Amino acid sequence: MHDHTAKPQTKAEPSTRVFAVLAEFPSGDEMLEAARKVRDAGYTKWDTHSPYPVHGIDEAMGIRRTILPTIVFVCGLTGALTGLALQWWTSSVYYPVIVSGKPMFSLPANIPIIFELTVLFSAFGAVFGMFALNGLPSLYHGIFNSGRFNSRMSTDRFYISIEAADPKFNRDSARKLLESIGGQSVEVVEERAAVEFPPMLRKWGITALLVLGAFALLPPLYTLRARTRTSEVTRMQLIWDMDQQPRFRAQMKNPLFADGRAMRPQVPGTVARGEAFADDHLHRGLVDGRFAATNALPVTESLLQRGRKKFDIYCAQCHGLDGLGQGMISVRAERLQEGTWVPPLSLHDEVVRTREDGHIFNTITNGIRTMPPYGDQIRVEDRWAIVAYVRALQRSQNATLEDVPSDRRGELP
Amino acid sequence: MVTRMSTTVIREIDNTSNDPRQRPVLITQGADFGPITDSVSAVAEAARPPKIWYVAMGISLCLTGILGASVGYLIWMGTGIWGLQVPVAWGYAIVNFVFWVGIGHAGTLISAILFLFRQKWRTSINRFAEAMTIFAVICAGMFPGIHVGRVWFEYWMFPIPNYLNLWPQFRSPLLWDVFAVSTYMTVSLLFWYVGMVPDLATFRDRSKTRLRQVMYGIFALGWRGSSRQWHRYEVAYLILAALATPLVLSVHSIVSFDFAVSILPGWHTTIFPPYFVAGAIFSGFAMVMTLAIPARAMFNLKHIITLRHLENMNKIMLVTGMMVGYAYSIEFFIAWYSGNPAEAFAFINRAFGPYAWAYWTMVSCNVLSPQVFWFKWCRTSIPVMFVISILINIGMWFERFVIVASSLSRDFLPSSWGYYIPTRWDVLTFAGSFGLFMTLFLLFCRYLPMVAMAEVKSVLPQAGRHPGHGQYWGEITPEENGEDRP
Repeated sequence: MHDHTAKPQTKAEPSTRVFAVLAEFPSGDEMLEAARKVRDAGYTKWDTHSPYPVHGIDEAMGIRRTILPTIVFVCGLTGALTGLALQWWTSSVYYPVIVSGKPMFSLPANIPIIFELTVLFSAFGAVFGMFALNGLPSLYHGIFNSGRFNSRMSTDRFYISIEAADPKFNRDSARKLLESIGGQSVEVVEERAAVEFPPMLRKWGITALLVLGAFALLPPLYTLRARTRTSEVTRMQLIWDMDQQPRFRAQMKNPLFADGRAMRPQVPGTVARGEAFADDHLHRGLVDGRFAATNALPVTESLLQRGRKKFDIYCAQCHGLDGLGQGMISVRAERLQEGTWVPPLSLHDEVVRTREDGHIFNTITNGIRTMPPYGDQIRVEDRWAIVAYVRALQRSQNATLEDVPSDRRGELP
Repeated sequence: MVTRMSTTVIREIDNTSNDPRQRPVLITQGADFGPITDSVSAVAEAARPPKIWYVAMGISLCLTGILGASVGYLIWMGTGIWGLQVPVAWGYAIVNFVFWVGIGHAGTLISAILFLFRQKWRTSINRFAEAMTIFAVICAGMFPGIHVGRVWFEYWMFPIPNYLNLWPQFRSPLLWDVFAVSTYMTVSLLFWYVGMVPDLATFRDRSKTRLRQVMYGIFALGWRGSSRQWHRYEVAYLILAALATPLVLSVHSIVSFDFAVSILPGWHTTIFPPYFVAGAIFSGFAMVMTLAIPARAMFNLKHIITLRHLENMNKIMLVTGMMVGYAYSIEFFIAWYSGNPAEAFAFINRAFGPYAWAYWTMVSCNVLSPQVFWFKWCRTSIPVMFVISILINIGMWFERFVIVASSLSRDFLPSSWGYYIPTRWDVLTFAGSFGLFMTLFLLFCRYLPMVAMAEVKSVLPQAGRHPGHGQYWGEITPEENGEDRP
């Protein structure tokens, strides 16, 4: 990379391109004074090089103040706004979550992250902005063709280079100027011929890069495909976490018991708590082995209100609040037309109206067709309350004049 | 070409005199551009590092191996192998996290805050103090990383929505911590690297083998010491220092929020942010001392990291140690003054309860031991300062342990009180983190410029004698330069 045999290149071949004329100075002060004179001579494409920043050189060379602070300020502002927008948008727009009863957007709690992002973005601006403005990284530069420069610049010597790209550049006058202002070991630095890649290497290199790039796209594309499709293959679990825990499930074999059953039968001669179904009418809706015609509980207004509440919770999704069978689930199921849905009977249908209270109670408890059993979800008293409320609903849709109290019949249209 | 082999024997020279008639000397021998470059580069250019380096590296690698094994076992088994048990659900992991991240802060203080205050003596120690920062933050970041148990869900800490489109809780100090520590790590790394670019260029230019030329060449980015580059470089460096200064204060403030924002007696106090920052700088300087004292001897840098540098750091430790002591006493005062019985109990329990042994270890290491630095002979005695620096490291670890364990183990509900006992895996993981830290540090010393050569050169008397600039250096005589001193 760098030639360390410092061979003075005073006699330049006319055929090679000159990069610059370079002069060495033993101290920063001498370089500084010389730099003033180079500037006054009117050169624009020239530079000074030193192992540490020589103070005062900016003014001596006439270097304009960099715009880096402005870049950093803009980056910092971007960071602050990013922090603010990220927290505001995620916690109060995209997925509002109430935390500790505080407002969705609470600036004081957001300040730490805003601050950190401001600093982070500013630092990126300062470092990468500085590198970009300095044209770094640039592993090759014409000045590196001087062996003397390479061996001493970063240690203890100071240099002024007047580049051939300068409109005023003339090899001899530049050399004369540098010598006259105290420059030592003045040399002409030549531009090295550009390194040519063999065309085969270049062609194959590009092909290889393209192929590699295409292959690199495969995993993300595959991920994208997997995320937008359903699959019948069980997902691969690289890490099982606690998804699969050893335990006995219903119907499984369990070697711990003599009978090998995981599910344990009830101990003979015992009744589980809450399962003493002693009253046939109350618990099964039966009187003498037939469906009871009447409600097992005295029908009061509070029972009807209770029934209405429970009906609205458990029954209305399918049967509808009015019992006509137009609940949300039923409506949607019919719209989907998947063919498996048995629509609920209207509770005002003749068949239902003529059923005994015990029959309706039995249907709620054990279910029918697609209707699941609710016996284990709704308490027995509430099931009778629903029966009473269903009766009230039916009365509301099939009332006769006789159902209206005689003193209020005049209010009817 | 000049021969660069330095034949001077590096002696310990006392440059701690504060005689106002004499300008203090920061480089005691061979204070010129060439010799400084030679002495710093010699570490990386020597065919073999000193024997002691191999010994230290061997020990460090063993400890790193222990760390790898402990972390591997932890990932395999889960956090049950640690001594964590309700009520102390935060144990060694958070203690070690705060300990390590605090250590890092001294590096940033030296590189950024002392830079803003124009403390020229910082140039000799800032590079390896910054390196120490980076390695300490790596060790610190490891602990929250592994304490989550299921490390493959690490990304849950990042600001990305989960599969239910729910985002992390931006109002939690633990998430602030993620932002603060990762920003701190990134900015410290950038600061360190930017500062190192000119020195990497020096290494590149001095490289004799192709491999070194290519490696240092790539990382030096083609630096050519151009004044136009230096101009932007200095502006960038100043801005980075100005950014890193509030950053370092914010990082340990946010770390302290992990505690202060929760409503636990002994944690829920407003003094925590400044108290933590002072403690962090205190512990960080102690670690700089612990590293600098052997490193300057091992790599022959006693003339660059001089007794005066060490004395200055001892003074900072004395100050920050007093600040920490003040915080300890103010905590007690507030516990009494607040009239809150739970708070008062927490502190009586801290000093006289089951963790009294840890509390008094902390007080004697952190408050009492630095008091010897009132005496100049202690401030300038290498063995004394080395022992004290290690005591402070121990004391500052115990400070975090006391805060975590004593407050958690006895909270509001006496029926749930407990006593935290770490397991062997807790201890091995912590010991192993020192191995990782030391391994990285030894590699750094061997392969990277340990002293910021360009910065040291810029504060040498020779660098500031031109008219209009650097007048405050005045005329420097060779005698002042330390060249002819006994």
